[in-house]
Amino acid sequence: MNIVTGFLRFWYDFIVGDAWEIALGVVVVLGVGATLLRTAGVPPELVPLLVAAGIAIVVGLSLRMEVRRRTKARASISGRG
Amino acid sequence: MTLSPATVGLATGTFLASAVECVEAFTIVLAMGLTRSWRAALLGALAALAVLAAVTALAGLALARWISESLLQLVIGTLLLIFGLQWLRKAILRSAGVQALRQEEAIFSENQEVARGAGHDVRLGLDWFAFVVAFKGVFLEGLEVVFIVITFGLAATKKDPNGMLVAAASALIAGIVVLIAGIIARRPLSSVPENTLKYAVGLLLSTFGTFWAAEGLGYFAAGKSLQWPGGDWAILGLLAGWLVLSQLAVRAPGLRAVGVGERFEP
Repeated sequence: MNIVTGFLRFWYDFIVGDAWEIALGVVVVLGVGATLLRTAGVPPELVPLLVAAGIAIVVGLSLRMEVRRRTKARASISGRG
Repeated sequence: MTLSPATVGLATGTFLASAVECVEAFTIVLAMGLTRSWRAALLGALAALAVLAAVTALAGLALARWISESLLQLVIGTLLLIFGLQWLRKAILRSAGVQALRQEEAIFSENQEVARGAGHDVRLGLDWFAFVVAFKGVFLEGLEVVFIVITFGLAATKKDPNGMLVAAASALIAGIVVLIAGIIARRPLSSVPENTLKYAVGLLLSTFGTFWAAEGLGYFAAGKSLQWPGGDWAILGLLAGWLVLSQLAVRAPGLRAVGVGERFEP
């Protein structure tokens, strides 16, 4: 692994960690928030509340994905046994 | 200095987060010191602290000089939010028994075992293994502290001119408290309720991350920060919201069904 790859890998692990969907979800929610502000004419005081709700949904989805990952892993282990 | 909810949250969040990271770094240095060489372990820790100081100074200078205020708030809020949600997610999984709890005694024993099995490579008159492991441990845990201090401090500076000072002082006090406790105990600080602390820090980081990231979205509108309904008091509402949601998640049948390990009650 060269220095650049190692450097990028370090920051990816440091910030994104083992749940990439959290990082992606946050960026998507904030992107939607920015779009609502610029184009949809949504009152600016509503946008923070919508963003908070969106982020809560992201966490819920990430936990759901983790349950699926674990269930799948367990099924494959018991299938092997 | 006014004790607004933001300032109190800033000091508490930085102190707790730093204390948790310092406990983890202490475990690594202690294992290297007791098993290999105190001189190499302490020099490794000091070298890491010196590099961290340089990184902090450079990062702080670059952020303050080259990025506009609202963009800074957006970038910092987003990073803090991603970071905080990772902590919160892990705490929920640990609390539901899905992910193994962090046990300092077990990690200490593992580190000692690896240290005993490693070869004796002497460089610059030092036990190189102990030096490198202590350096890496302190640098990585310290980098998280630096990240939290910079993000919390810079974002809080917008509302409180002493924000960075409060963040840095809270982190320093946490480091000193952990060091004194560690020197007195001379063993891993396993009695520190680390999993509960990590849960609390996850809640605080997620709360402030949500608050600042949403405010920073104003960069895309008139370039001015958005205002939360209720101003700074919205922070308490967000904290309560994350607390309730995380507790609901811990008790969710889906998570409980896949959780087979030891649980902790936050």
